[in-house]
Amino acid sequence: MDVAPTPLPDDLAQLEAAITAEIETAADEAALETVRVAALGKKGTVAERMKTLGKMSPDERRTMGPALNGLKARITDEIAARRETLVAEALTRQLASESVDVTLDPQAADIVAGRIHPISQVMDELVAIFADLGFSIAEGPDIETDDLNFTKLNFPEGHPARDMHDTFFLPERADGTRRLLRTHTSPVQIRTMLQQKPPIRIIAPGRTYRCDSDQTHTPMFHQVEGLVIDETAHIGHLKWVLTEFCKAFFEVEDAAMRFRPSYFPFTEPSYEVDIRCKRSADGIELGTGDDWLEILGSGMVHPNVLRNCGIDPDKYQGFAWGMGIDRIAMLKYGMPDLRAFFEADVRWLKHYGFQPLDRPSLGGGLSR
Amino acid sequence: MKFTLSWLKDHLATEASIDEITERLTAIGLEVEGIEDPAAALAPFRIARVTSAIQHPNADRLRVLTVDPGDGTALQVVCGAPNAREGLVGVFAAPGTHIPGTGVDLSVGSIRGVESHGMMLSEREMGLSEDHDGIVDLPQDAPVGTPYVEWARIDDPVIEIGLTPNRADCLGVRGIARDLAAAGLGTLKPLADPAVPHSDDVATPTVTLDVPDDALCPAFALCLIEGVENGPSPDWLKKRLKAIGLRPINRLVDVTNYLTYDLDRPLHVFDADSVTGSLTVRMAKDGETIEALDGRTYTLDPSVVVIGDDKGVESLAGVMGGEASGSTDATTRVLVESALWDPYNIARTGRALGLNSDARHRFERGIDPAFTVPGLEAAVRMILDLCGGTAGPITLAGAVPDGTRTIAFPPSEIKRLSGLDVAEDTAEAVLVKLGFTVDRSTSPWSVTTPTWRADVEGKADLVEEVVRIVGIDDVAPTPMDRPGAVAPRVLTTLQNRVSTTRRALAARGMVEAVTWSFVSHEDATAFGGGSAAIALANPIAEALSDMRPSLLPGLVRAVTRNVNRGHPDVALFEVGQVFAGDEPDDQTTSASGVRQGKNRPNAVGRHWSHPGAAADVFDAKADLLAALTAIGGPADKAEVTRDAPGHYHPGRSGTLRLGPKILGHFGELHPALLTAMDAPERLVAFELTLETVPEPRRKATKKPAFSASDLMPVRRDFAFLVADETDARAITRAAKGARKDLITDVTVFDVYRGQGVPEGQKSVAVEVTLQPAERTLTDEDIDAVSSAVVAAVTKATGATLRG
Repeated sequence: MDVAPTPLPDDLAQLEAAITAEIETAADEAALETVRVAALGKKGTVAERMKTLGKMSPDERRTMGPALNGLKARITDEIAARRETLVAEALTRQLASESVDVTLDPQAADIVAGRIHPISQVMDELVAIFADLGFSIAEGPDIETDDLNFTKLNFPEGHPARDMHDTFFLPERADGTRRLLRTHTSPVQIRTMLQQKPPIRIIAPGRTYRCDSDQTHTPMFHQVEGLVIDETAHIGHLKWVLTEFCKAFFEVEDAAMRFRPSYFPFTEPSYEVDIRCKRSADGIELGTGDDWLEILGSGMVHPNVLRNCGIDPDKYQGFAWGMGIDRIAMLKYGMPDLRAFFEADVRWLKHYGFQPLDRPSLGGGLSR
Repeated sequence: MKFTLSWLKDHLATEASIDEITERLTAIGLEVEGIEDPAAALAPFRIARVTSAIQHPNADRLRVLTVDPGDGTALQVVCGAPNAREGLVGVFAAPGTHIPGTGVDLSVGSIRGVESHGMMLSEREMGLSEDHDGIVDLPQDAPVGTPYVEWARIDDPVIEIGLTPNRADCLGVRGIARDLAAAGLGTLKPLADPAVPHSDDVATPTVTLDVPDDALCPAFALCLIEGVENGPSPDWLKKRLKAIGLRPINRLVDVTNYLTYDLDRPLHVFDADSVTGSLTVRMAKDGETIEALDGRTYTLDPSVVVIGDDKGVESLAGVMGGEASGSTDATTRVLVESALWDPYNIARTGRALGLNSDARHRFERGIDPAFTVPGLEAAVRMILDLCGGTAGPITLAGAVPDGTRTIAFPPSEIKRLSGLDVAEDTAEAVLVKLGFTVDRSTSPWSVTTPTWRADVEGKADLVEEVVRIVGIDDVAPTPMDRPGAVAPRVLTTLQNRVSTTRRALAARGMVEAVTWSFVSHEDATAFGGGSAAIALANPIAEALSDMRPSLLPGLVRAVTRNVNRGHPDVALFEVGQVFAGDEPDDQTTSASGVRQGKNRPNAVGRHWSHPGAAADVFDAKADLLAALTAIGGPADKAEVTRDAPGHYHPGRSGTLRLGPKILGHFGELHPALLTAMDAPERLVAFELTLETVPEPRRKATKKPAFSASDLMPVRRDFAFLVADETDARAITRAAKGARKDLITDVTVFDVYRGQGVPEGQKSVAVEVTLQPAERTLTDEDIDAVSSAVVAAVTKATGATLRG
């Protein structure tokens, strides 16, 4: 049913116009509240007029009731609308006042500035690869005995192969012996075989020392040793392990290798191993080309070494290899100068170093 | 070891190309390190005649030559050689050519005002020898205008191989030829008939072996040749010696050098007329001296074996002869020696005297004993051929050892070690070609080594011989089984900690350094080390003399270098080994770091967002605790005490302890130490010893059930006045202990000295968190706890509650 609006008496129209004007000019929410109380509060102008309804005749009331209620409803709506506007305006002002210059650089997060040394990264890569092949990680001290560094490894006293090691010695001890800085990680082989029964599958990364210093040699460097001893391990397995390692480490599809017969006192037969490469002005690219690059020494563990560790060479057999960690790091990541590894130049470390959370894994890829 | 292709072919009948030969050499373990074609560098030089030689107008020692290079021109050349003269036929280098001996590219130049269009060359300038006494003086009939290499037949490629110490037999060309023949690259030619006419008219020399151990000189053979005529060697011999880098001296000496390389038989010749009395092999007397053929005088001790006569020492056995009895052009009577020496004694003598020689190199690796007398015969024959004369009978003192070894060899060993199937006939054939004797009538086989292969000791060596000749390339890569389905844990706790600590510290903005394991003695001493037991006996440099007691000296030096290069605000760390002594247990693993300048966690350098303050002791402490926490260490249980080693600032450093164990230290480094090290001031540092952090107990992977209280925690603040030197830790510990069932945390949120706080005191404000377990706390409950806290802190520290 459509009810025609009741025309307002003049005084009510004036009242409404006055209140509306006040609402529209209220500057903020507090002022608006004052207007609301003045109009709709218990003693407000509209409320006072509502109170007069009781004294009216039913006819008058039928006219004035809806008129007054309509007036109240309209003012209530106007106040709500005005409030919404005022809130929005206030927020706009606040936001404008809170503006900052976002082109300023933030403080870089620590994690962005920190770096892992390439040697540590490569050691973690080695661990990831060999852990997957069932190897565990063995270690030994840097200060070794002559027995473990040489004699048990089948380097007889006075043997010319000892001369080739440029050994650092410590002072003579009370018992006439002298300790030395291990010249290779191979004493860890011996320590492992003395402590553990076959089957053995270890790698032993660590620091090694030789008193030699030039473009390509530093008196301290890093090696990783590998050792497998069981009842069947032979050169074919050695080839497989090294091929798998090179493919995984250098991240190449094809790691063609060349085994050259060589000599190490602690292996027999012994091989030096070359990896296929291409040499150009840009450096060395591995896994392609028709040149060769020597990367490691290897062989079947010498029966004398097994015997020296209490292992029967007719029952057990196995192979070992050793390679330079610094060297394979240089090859993989293209660092030209070994000496820079140990100079701790922050510019170099930031250039060649790795992100703190860039922990290599086979699942996630070794290098990213 | 160097040799030429033609030399090899003296021993090896082969049609193989040089490429095939060098490839095969590498494949069988005689690694080719270089192939030199000497003709290439000398190709531009032609034979030329000096048509006139006049004195240089401005220099006494120079002459101005007119040179005919054979093309009809006459070139003016300034020359300083004393033998430059009219009519000389020599070798001419035109402008624009490269002089190999000097590395200079020749151009037309003016020498003391006279133009020179090229030069006449000496042998050294051509890189042929060290001879620089004058320019090359060729025979008059040498064809002018012909390339020198063509006339001199310098067309023989020189091959250099790197030999492993076990392959002493390949220190002679014949040994190399034998290996190649076994590898199927030709046939080994028989040795020339060694039969030598010996005349009884010439005396049989006597020699006495007077050494304490027969092994020092098992055998010594000697032959006297009379009526020899010494002098320069024939060209073919000089050429071969020069090709491998030896200097021809005279026929007698050249014969010994030649046979050293040809047949791997070091020899020595004495001028018999310079020997007084007869020769004796004996130990040197202490302080005895000899002037050796290298012109140096050596002082000997009784560990050195010498060959002496009635005058004194004439030769260092197996290493080098003496100048006094060396052969000269005037020598007519010569004693030729072929002997055996103890490899270890020769090596020790050579090392002690710092004397290297071709003889030492061979004797210390082992020489074919059976070739002692045949080698002497070969030398005598060659001397008779080149110098004439008459040889007397050979004297042999001592006895030539057998030098063979018989090895029980099951052929199955080849497959066992190499994985390669080799037919037994093939294996036998390879061994026989290498000189082994194989008896297949026994099981296992009985294999006897040749006298020149002392390195072959057992079954594994025989496998190596067969496999290297058959070809290691034939061994197929064979996958290995994985032990067990799931890989076991591969890293020890310590190994995990090393890797984790590195990444935790790098994540705090520090950069990982790897510094030397050795530091200077001063640095070692300053950082708590310097023990003589771990000072290197032969350090490579003074700054790298002692095993490091701490990572800090290396890091401080590294920080200093970076700052001095103009890159300040550095934070470096290292995780690595430190040494307290020379036993394995004395080596521990330290994680240490140094912060310099404005390098604080999350606040590096000058930045608009923060004041850019310098790193302080609390940054170092935070680094230490972060490292400890990262490896699961008990950071909450560890106690800090106000003491630290002497390299720290005594008032700004601490030690982190767990019960009686010291986990690490932190603090500012001692200012006096930094000054002494020329380091930047105010460095802060920490050291954590990873081994002292307790191993986590093995526990189930399941954690206790999660339970969280529904009740709101209550927080109350207290401010205590305490004496300035009171440890804040004492307050928090006492507060926490006041009601262990309710108080879960106590945190210092303010430390204040100044107005309102009496002199000598500080105000320490703490927030205490109460976590009710069963019911909401009433005001009375909270008041009771507050009183307990105040009482406990007061009792422990003498504090008063600040009003």
